[in-house]
Amino acid sequence: MAHKNTLHTDRRLSRFPAWPGKVVRFYADGFRNMTVGKKLWLLIIIKLFIIFFIFKLFFFPDILKRDYDNDTERAEAVRSSLLNR
Amino acid sequence: MDDLMTVVDWSRWQFALTAMYHWLFVPLTLGLSVIVGIMETIYYRTRNEKWLRTTKFWMTLFGINFAMGVATGIILEFEFGTNWSNYSWFVGDIFGAPLAIEGLLAFFMEATFIAVMFFGWKKVSPGFHLASTWLTALGASISALWILIANAWMQYPVGMEFDPGQMRNIMDDFWAVVLSPVAINKFFHAVFDGWVVGAVFVCGVSAWYMMKKRRREFALDSIRIAGWVGLVGILLTLWTGDGSAVQVAKVQPMKLAAMEGLYQGKVGQEIVGVGILNPSKKPNDGQDPFLFEISIPYGLSILANHDPQSFVPGIDDLLNGIELTPEGDTIRTDSYSERIAIGKRAHESLRAFDTAMTNGDRAAMEAARAKLKEDYRYFGYGYLDSPEEAVPPVGMTFYSFHIMVIAGGYLLLFFVIVVFTSHKGNRIWEKGWWQWIAMLTIPVVWICSEAGWVTAEVGRQPWIIEGLMPDKAAISAISASTVQLTFWMFAAVFTALLIAEITIMINQIRNGSDRDEY
Repeated sequence: MAHKNTLHTDRRLSRFPAWPGKVVRFYADGFRNMTVGKKLWLLIIIKLFIIFFIFKLFFFPDILKRDYDNDTERAEAVRSSLLNR
Repeated sequence: MDDLMTVVDWSRWQFALTAMYHWLFVPLTLGLSVIVGIMETIYYRTRNEKWLRTTKFWMTLFGINFAMGVATGIILEFEFGTNWSNYSWFVGDIFGAPLAIEGLLAFFMEATFIAVMFFGWKKVSPGFHLASTWLTALGASISALWILIANAWMQYPVGMEFDPGQMRNIMDDFWAVVLSPVAINKFFHAVFDGWVVGAVFVCGVSAWYMMKKRRREFALDSIRIAGWVGLVGILLTLWTGDGSAVQVAKVQPMKLAAMEGLYQGKVGQEIVGVGILNPSKKPNDGQDPFLFEISIPYGLSILANHDPQSFVPGIDDLLNGIELTPEGDTIRTDSYSERIAIGKRAHESLRAFDTAMTNGDRAAMEAARAKLKEDYRYFGYGYLDSPEEAVPPVGMTFYSFHIMVIAGGYLLLFFVIVVFTSHKGNRIWEKGWWQWIAMLTIPVVWICSEAGWVTAEVGRQPWIIEGLMPDKAAISAISASTVQLTFWMFAAVFTALLIAEITIMINQIRNGSDRDEY
């Protein structure tokens, strides 16, 4: 089954033009033949999901970008904040 | 004000947690990449298969560590935008430029050559592969360079001019920022510290193999390489640490005084080797700062100024604006009360600029801008309620500095023994007690490395940018409960990830011994 998948992937990758195809094949073969990978990659994917999807989207907005439309308004907001601390 | 301080404190704890978690991985990446590069170079020159297997083993551990650390530093940037939005805006392109260069140059350099390192063994020539391994190591160091430049600017802001219209510091001298002596010392200190961390890790893991009586030759070969990397690394770390101390004495004397628990300095100032601080000591109260201390005569004068007869000011001296010449004559500098007054005058100039801008009065704007420029060096002091507020937490700064120094001294001794014994038949590595020492040195080196960062960052308090912006001005108008929620989320997620990641690393070390016996 694994052999069949490999042939299928190779056939698909062979459609790429010469050097970009080589680069794609280089990475694809590398990932396919990794020995340490599976748990580690699962962990990395979970981590990236938590960081970029959950933390960034729901808990860490860029406050000045979110609350003000342009740099002039942001500068005014910071000036006002710094003068009233 | 109480609520503001709670937000500041929680945000600081959150930043510290994230930064210290990130720093668990960075030094090992810096150190292991160099060790792997040396091992592969030996394989390239000798074509001895045992060095190929040794290289691949440590390269795999390097890869696991690299993957574990990926993106953990990005969270710090999220925190800037959410918790520290005033700071984030105020620093302008000074922080943005180095971080953008880091993202574009170093990240892509690392990503490309790491792929060749791991996937390219049979696909590229041995020379190209070796070059990729070294370029990965170089990329990791360059990546650290830009972050450390940005951090050094927070300790010693140079190469910029404040524009009250944009409310940003505008970089007017890129090279002054990049080549700041604080940045250069900080960069090399951190990179060489990474070499030491990597070397201790290799020695500790190899000691485990020796204890299990597995892969003896592999372990001793690895120890031999790591011993030299560690010894060179710790000597260079001590040297650059000395350079950092000289810079701190010049540009952050209050931090140096806190590092030493020094309240009243003198000519020929001794350095405290070991001590217990008096917890009730306050500035200018006349109490003895120590309950117990062992000092080395002239040590701090030599460390700070490379001159045993030089004067090192203490916390009280700095607050009161007292300096001494080498001859012992008193000279006056700006006391902290005067700095606060100048800082408040700078705020009034900014307020005048704001009013003039609202009224469209260009002449008044320029006049206010000129006045602000005159007083800007103490802008941050205008936020302080008293001079004592400018004193960093002395206890944490003092103890973290001394933990770092004592651990650093131990690491020097450790690597001297490692290198010496590697030329004397390595018999010590057969002894159980030494194997335990080598393994237990792994947590010691991380404690040493993290303690260095605690010294640097806690010693800078109350400033986020030295003299220009205290934490309480930098913080966003957010609620403490929001920060508390994300702090505990981080703590839970980081703990779970760390356990999972260490498990993967340990399994790889265990299984690696079965796969490639020789």
